[in-house]
This record gives sequence, structure tokens and C-alpha cells, in this order.
Amino acid sequence: MNPLIPLFVVVPLAGAFLIMILGRFIKHFDRTLASLILLFLVVISFYGLFTTGENSAVYRVGGWEPVNRIPIGIHMVLDAFTIIILCIVNLIGFLSVVYSISYISRYTSENYFYALFCLMVAGMNGVVLSGDLFNIYVFLEISAISSYALVAFGVERDELEATFKYQVLGGLASFLILFGIGFIYWKTKTLNIADIKTIFSSGYDPKYNLLVQILLLCGFGLKAAIIPFHAWLPDAHSSAPSPISAMLSGVLIKAIGIYVIIRLFFNMFAITEGMAILITTLGTLSMVVGVFLAIGQWDIKRLLAYHSISQMGYVILSVGIGMILISRGVRQEVAALAMAGGIFHLINHAAFKGLLFLNAGAIEYSTGTRNLNEMGGLAKSMPATSATSFVASLSISGIPPFNGFFSKLIIIIAAVMARFYFLAALAAIVSIITLASFLKFQRYAFYDKAPEKIKNNIKEVPFPMVFSMIILSIICLLLSLLAFPGIRETILTPATDILMDPSKYTSQITGI
Amino acid sequence: MKGMTIIVKKTTQLIAGIVFLYGIYIIIHGHLTPGGGFAGGVIVAGAFILLILAYGSDFLKLVKEEAGSTLYENLAVLVALFLAISGLLFGTRVFFLNWLPKGTPGELVSAGMLPLYNIFIGIEVAASILSIFLALVIFKEEISK
Amino acid sequence: MTLYWLCFILFLTGLYGVITRRNLVKIAISLSIMEFSIFLLLALVGYVEGGVAPIVDPSDPVKTYVDPLPQAMVLTAIVIGLATTAMLMAVIIRLYRKYGTFDIREMKNLRG
Repeated sequence: MNPLIPLFVVVPLAGAFLIMILGRFIKHFDRTLASLILLFLVVISFYGLFTTGENSAVYRVGGWEPVNRIPIGIHMVLDAFTIIILCIVNLIGFLSVVYSISYISRYTSENYFYALFCLMVAGMNGVVLSGDLFNIYVFLEISAISSYALVAFGVERDELEATFKYQVLGGLASFLILFGIGFIYWKTKTLNIADIKTIFSSGYDPKYNLLVQILLLCGFGLKAAIIPFHAWLPDAHSSAPSPISAMLSGVLIKAIGIYVIIRLFFNMFAITEGMAILITTLGTLSMVVGVFLAIGQWDIKRLLAYHSISQMGYVILSVGIGMILISRGVRQEVAALAMAGGIFHLINHAAFKGLLFLNAGAIEYSTGTRNLNEMGGLAKSMPATSATSFVASLSISGIPPFNGFFSKLIIIIAAVMARFYFLAALAAIVSIITLASFLKFQRYAFYDKAPEKIKNNIKEVPFPMVFSMIILSIICLLLSLLAFPGIRETILTPATDILMDPSKYTSQITGI
Repeated sequence: MKGMTIIVKKTTQLIAGIVFLYGIYIIIHGHLTPGGGFAGGVIVAGAFILLILAYGSDFLKLVKEEAGSTLYENLAVLVALFLAISGLLFGTRVFFLNWLPKGTPGELVSAGMLPLYNIFIGIEVAASILSIFLALVIFKEEISK
Repeated sequence: MTLYWLCFILFLTGLYGVITRRNLVKIAISLSIMEFSIFLLLALVGYVEGGVAPIVDPSDPVKTYVDPLPQAMVLTAIVIGLATTAMLMAVIIRLYRKYGTFDIREMKNLRG
């Protein structure tokens, strides 16, 4: 696996600039090259999934070997948690590119779209793979600036206002992150994550640690849209073109928000109980407030965006429960179960939320409206869209045998076993309210009588869009297999081991 | 946007070449003195922007200029990436390896691949800042028509 | 020590500008002020007592140098800040063309 690690960043980066040069000469070059690049990335990420078990691969850029067991230079680290996020990013990226082959033909200047999309995927791969703190910041900015441009792609009033709000808040988040990195460098004089862990575990100044943790939590929380920091998410995710909404809500808030919070808080800082309780509270608030804000929405994509906040609350809640148990030092197996539930829900949410946004885009492509009051009776005229939307709605509400049921079950069981009965009850109630909201979506969009003005000219959407939606719905069914003991051992258990064992991450990097 | 008076035009004709040469000096001496690719690239872009500001945009055909500068920008990044990948072919086979012979410190031709990286990043930064400026000027032209 | 407090006060000034100003261009300029304060903090972190600029002179080798790593971080962050500001300015020009004004209180299309 060692020589394949920089390819995750280099191939989409080179592809983006190649599309910009040759896209204006050769006719359909941009869409074929983007699809081929992302297909290649999907193949090597799945190859990595089945070959990376317990051991992690470290790639030293520039060939600088450690001096006196102190790492110098930039490291790229691929371990079990990273490869899961890489698989999600590249798979949803590939399906979004195939979907956008026919969706983006309604906009102008298509080759900019594919170039920016490849840059965004390159940035996300770089954030997930880096083992160096400032490198995370650089790649985070690459993917964030590409996403600002992609949200404003069709330059209408709504999209420009949404991207302005997104840019100001995203810029604020980046400055807070840089502030935190400056403070960390002041004390430790190094930027390598494993080396910072070694220095933090020897001395411990509680006020300094609290300041740095709060700064980084606020910065990355703004990127991940946890509840006090969610103000940009409904506007940006509802005004963007649909494949970009699927990418933003499905992978961007996970790869640059939640992944970095989990990685830094488990593998870099020593977990304190106050911080763990704060993170659990933020997760619970996100879960509850998100679903209550989502019930009254009549715009499809705003409804889905608010539900994103709520489902991310589930992930943060279970990660927070794992942190509380680790910081108290008791019941490690329940903490492992909570972490596994959180990571499993992360994977599931990428699949079904991506599918829901692609469905909303298909509805908008055919009927031209996003308001639930103005549509109806689409089940007969758009069979593929309505079938996949039904699968996705059942998945997000937690109905067996789809994947949402298993991940929410693991989270609730872990909460009950850790004796947080109130949180488990809240999780179950929020799931029921999510079911109510999606039943409303299904009824008004698909199973009602069609209003007169759109009755006669609804057709099914073109083949690339149908292909992406069907593949994603099959993945939604297949992902429920991850809960079973045989498959869970190879994929989810190494990820939780890397996160929970404090010395396993650093021994791979500084010990070699 | 109209050009400026004839004094400004003549002075810019004299100064722009010197600014360009100063930018190239900063790019090439990036491994000896402060500066390097980024700062030198911005100064080179400044020379071109000075000419466009002094002569006005009806004098030049700006859309062709923008196509040319984005072409240079993308080509320079691809060459820089190719140089980084070329580290995979020599020595210990890592990315970004410094495989050219490093001479004595303090000379102009020394430090392996660093002057090459500086040159191509300098071209790229200059072309991209010029593209940003040209895009804004072209957009303003299209509004005022 | 007072220098670090001054960096923080500059950050708060920029934050005040982003929150209270109504003109779009003033919000963008306040965002730039915030990022410059962080560059100052990063460059100050690398100061060593009695150090000189980290340029190696082959004829006069042994000295105490100031830490060069935060300076490299600031260079990279300046370029990223340039890209962010350029993107923001492009969006502001398009917004002016659509709405005809720079006032942010006029742009209330997305609600709820």
C-alpha cells in the first residue's frame, strides 16, 4: 500500500488542471476524464480497504527519516479509520459525477464544474490522509474554496446569497483553526500529530489544554455544522446544484469536520471528562433541534439539510458517550461499541443522505419546483426515483432491514449499557419524529394526486441519473451487512482500535 | 476602462520592464534570499497589471489575454506536479524527493530541485493573479455595456 | 507579552467589523483584518531571544537563528488568504449586479 498513498491526492489534482486545459478543445473530455479519475480512486480505495487490516502505512513525503525518534517532515498516514472515510468520499464522489453528466448540461461552462469537483475531492482526500497538523489546514482550505465556488455555480440570487453566508462563516472557522494551530505550535514546537501526542502526554497544563481544545472544537464544529454553528448549512445545501448538495452534505461535513474532531480528540489530546460532557451535550442538542427545525419545512432540500444536522448529532452523541467512558476509565467494551455505532452511522448517513439529495435533484429536474405543496403523484410517472426515494426514506428513519436501523440500534444499545437512559430515550424519540417527517415527504411528493399544471409532462430522468440512484440504493441495502459479526471484524473493529488505544497510533509513526 | 495620460504611459513603459526583472530575480534566488515562488510571482503579475492599468482595456484584447494566462497557469502547475512525481523514479522512490545534486550552499546553482520548483510556482502564481485581475476587468466591461 | 494581547485585540476588532457592518465590502475587509492578526501571532510565536533572521551565510556560520517554520506557515497562509479574499470579491461583484446595492439588509431571500 505504500506507493499508492500519494496517488489519492495527486491524481485528482493533476486531473483538475488537465480538464481546464484540454476541456475547451476536445468536446466531451471533461466528463469522461472526471468519471475515469474518480473510478480509479474508487478502485484503489476499495483495494486499500481489503488490504489494510491492523497495520497502518506511513508515507514520508520527501524521504526525511526521523532523527533521534523525532519525526521531521510531512507524514501521510493511512490507517483503518482513514480508509473507511476514503472509501466513502471517493464512492459518493464517483456517483455524483456520473449523476452530474446529465444534470449539469443545463448550466453553462461545464468544464469549470468538473475541474472544481476534482479539486474538492483532492482536498478531502488530503485532509483525511495527512498526519501533520498544518497540512490538514492547507487541504481543508483547498476543498472549502472549491466548495464555495461550486455552491454558487448557477449564478442566481439565492445561490449567491447562500455562498456569501457560507464563505464568511467558513472563513471565520478557518481563522479559529489557524489560531488553535498557532497555540499548539507555541508549546510543542512541532506540527506532527504523533509527536504532539508524545509531548502532551508528558506534561499537562489544564488551562492551556482547555483553550486549545475549545478553539479547535469551535473551528471544526463550524465546518461540521454542529448546533450553535449551523447557520450556514440550510442555505448552502439547499441552494447548491443537486450533485454538489449530495457531496456537501454527504461527505464534506464529515471529511473536514467530524473526521478531524474525532482524530484530534482521540489521538492527539488526552480526553478530559468536562470536554467529553460538552461534546455529548452538543451532539444531543444537534439531534433534537435539527429534527424540530426540519418538521415545518416545505422546501425539499431545506428539509433534507436540517435532517443532516440531526443525523450528525447522532454521530457526535455516540462519539461523546465513548469519550465519557474512556475518560472515566471504566467499561472499555461499551466505549468500543459506542464508537463503532458512531462510525457505522457516519458511513450510512453518507449513503442515504447522498441518495436523498440526488432524488431531490431528479424531482427538481423533472417538475421544476422544490416546494412540496406544488407537486404530487410522481410515483406513477417517475418509478425509479420514487422507488429509490422510498428506500432512502426508510433507511434514514431506521426501519429494518435497511442500514439506518442497525446503526441507530447500536447507538441506543450502547447508550443504555452505559446507563445514559435519558439520551437513549431522546435518540429513539428523534428517530420517530424523523420517520414522521419523511412520511410527509413521501406522501406529498409521490403518493398524492398530481396538481393540474404538471400533470402531463413528467418523464423519468435520463439514464446516468437513474444509474447513480439505483447503485446508491443497492449500497444502502448492502451496508446493513456491516453489523454482522464476520464483516464487522474486518472493517469497523480496527478503526475503533486505532482510535481508542492511545499508543497504537504514535508507535506506528515514531517507533519506525 | 480608458487609459491614463501620456506621462503615466511613458513612465510605465520604462518601469514595467524593471519590475518584471526584479520579480524574476526574487524567484530565481529563492533558495538564497527571502522570497521564492509566491512573492516573486506576485511582483511579476504586478508588472503586467501596471501595463493594463496604464493603457486601458480598450487598447488590448483582454479575452484572448485571459485565455492565454489561464493556459500558462494550468501548464505550470502540471509541470510542477510532474517534477514532484519524478521523485518516484530515482533514489528512495518517494514523492517530492530532492534528487538533483546539491552543490555548495551559497551558490546560485545549488540545492537540487528547489530553484526549479520556485520557477514553475512563480510562473503559476503570476499567471493566476493576472487571470483574477483580467476576469474582474472583463466582467466590469460586460456590465457597463 | 503585550504583543500577544495586541494580536488578540486586532482579532476582536476584525470580528466586530464582520458582525456589525452592513456594507458587503466592509465585511470582506474586516475578514482580512482578522486573518492578518493571526499571521502576526504565528510569526511572533517563533521568536528566540537574541536571534537573527534565518538566512545561512556560509562565511559566518554559528549564530542563534529565529525559528523559520512559523514564517513558512505564514507564507502559505497568506496565499490561502489571498485566494479566499479573491473568491469573496468575485461573489460580491456578482451580488452587486443582481441586487443593485451593497447593503446586506436588502438580501433576505432565504428565510426559515
